[in-house]
Amino acid sequence: MGELLFIFASASVINNFTLAYFLGLCPFFGVTGRLETAFRLGLANIFVMIITSIASWFLNSFVLPHAPYLRLITFIVVIASSVQFVEMVIKKLSPALFKALGIFLPLITTNCAILGLALFSTNRGYGFVQGLVYALGAGVGLTLALVIMAGLREEIELTNVPKLVRGVAMSFFIAGILSMAFMGFAGLFHGS
Amino acid sequence: MNGAKEPGSFRLVATLALTGLLSGLVLVGIYLVTQPRILRNQAEALYAAVYRVLPGTQEIRTFVVRDGKLVVYESPDGNLPEEQAVYAGHRGNGSLVGYAVPGEGAGFQDTITLIYGYDPSRRVIVGMQVLDSRETPGLGDKIITDDEFLANFEALAIEPSIVAVKKGKKVNPNEVDSITGATISSEAVVKILNESSQQWAPMLSPQDETSEVSRNVPRAEP
Amino acid sequence: MSPAQNPKRPLDEFIKGLWRENPVFIAVLGLCPAMAVTNSLENGLVMGAASTFVLVGSSLFVSLLRKLIPRAVRVPVYIIIIATFVTTVDFVLAALMPVAHKQLGAFISLIVVNCLILGRQEAFASKNPVGLAAADALGMSAGFTVALAMIGGVREILGSGALLGVPLFGDSFEPWAIMILPPGGFLTLGALLTLFAWIKERRAKQEMRRQSGSDQSPVQRRAV
Repeated sequence: MGELLFIFASASVINNFTLAYFLGLCPFFGVTGRLETAFRLGLANIFVMIITSIASWFLNSFVLPHAPYLRLITFIVVIASSVQFVEMVIKKLSPALFKALGIFLPLITTNCAILGLALFSTNRGYGFVQGLVYALGAGVGLTLALVIMAGLREEIELTNVPKLVRGVAMSFFIAGILSMAFMGFAGLFHGS
Repeated sequence: MNGAKEPGSFRLVATLALTGLLSGLVLVGIYLVTQPRILRNQAEALYAAVYRVLPGTQEIRTFVVRDGKLVVYESPDGNLPEEQAVYAGHRGNGSLVGYAVPGEGAGFQDTITLIYGYDPSRRVIVGMQVLDSRETPGLGDKIITDDEFLANFEALAIEPSIVAVKKGKKVNPNEVDSITGATISSEAVVKILNESSQQWAPMLSPQDETSEVSRNVPRAEP
Repeated sequence: MSPAQNPKRPLDEFIKGLWRENPVFIAVLGLCPAMAVTNSLENGLVMGAASTFVLVGSSLFVSLLRKLIPRAVRVPVYIIIIATFVTTVDFVLAALMPVAHKQLGAFISLIVVNCLILGRQEAFASKNPVGLAAADALGMSAGFTVALAMIGGVREILGSGALLGVPLFGDSFEPWAIMILPPGGFLTLGALLTLFAWIKERRAKQEMRRQSGSDQSPVQRRAV
């Protein structure tokens, strides 16, 4: 149990997928203008991650040992399919949300965080449950990063940012400071 | 939208299938060509580490665990076994230097992977090398580079258990001087060694199980 | 200042990837690898080389086959082609440069979701003949590699006090360790983006001054 907690905490805060592994940057810098959108996008990502984790575990356990060179292709296909699936579900359950997310939903396919999750999880040889917890942690971490970034950007919209730094550069500096802040989570499990 | 000539769904599926097939063929080819080299690289890297943590080794013999006992692993092509293995190092005259045991566990930042040499006749660790880690550069990553820290592992008693102490406070043979500013990384290494040695030491005896030497084993570089 | 509209010259397509449409600094694409593996110059260069191989190879194939790929399934086909190249480069690196391969780790595989590569197939390679597609791919790759090299170089110099593993400063230099950690990646790119914004603005001002000087226009513009 302690190990699962470590996996979750590691993926969500200690080695946050976005702020420590640089995954999921496209939505991080692109979409996060509004807090609510960011949160919902994060949730969509969590769903895709969980489905991907289950599917990639199956693939890795039963299919890939016979054809390790197909790893990348099969993972991508799985991700693309999961995204399609989640898109359909959201469209059915909440057309408003579907419209709000717009193009960012299919873009989850090229979100390095999803593929990164599948790769890291199988590289480390996580079992089914471990992989699931890892996916949950990564998704939560991603959502956390998106939401914080969106909130901060909402704030600075009303401040005087120097002209040269305005826009993307500013987001990078904010991200850098956020990343430093999250480094404080290291050693969370010291002594356990 | 240009709707001049919409290809039928057969054409769509056929394109995808053909692309997938060709891609698969290319990848099989690349895989078959590169795999032998890749496996050899992995084996070489591991053997290099074994030579380092078992000083004096001239020849390596690989062991795996079957039914709770150590058995010699004969590799048909010099590659590493897929399961957990330990590596016995022998001197030129055939005497046993010790066993190199890989281990891993949680570090400060991420998982630390290491390998250590264990001498069962004296029940001490004779060498340790970190294989993979993500510790803080300049601080935690000194577990890889700091000579003083590594010197801790040249004759480290594993009984009753290994203990990490503050730098400079080491008095007993089972103690390890932590690195100043990297106590957590140091303690992580100690924890990994404790868990691994407690698991493996009962299975590793001073004498080898078999007397024949495994083939396909690279010799130490002069 | 725009290049000749028709016909497109390969050299123009190459150069645009280097500066005017630099994938990292202007379009802000391909970020994930740009920061994850630029903790040293060597890692940045290896990643740049690997990405070049994938981008050029994929563009060549997509351009060659552009008339044969039905529009409806083009994206999956592009992805399969790209993934094939990425898997190839992954295996080849593991066989020939195991140390570099270990440093870059899973990020080699992540080249497949580098929006830059898929983007170029969609935007250019699928609509242009092979020669131009190759030039475009080479230019974008060069721009990408240059960007990675710059970020990697800065981070390695400040964070390890070395370049390509060669120590630059004496023993007394205290490396700014945060630069080779994740925050360093963000901060370096932010700083470089600010630098480029500054260069652009200076050029714009110079251009304005030159124009107002040669135009003798009655409107006096104050460069503020």
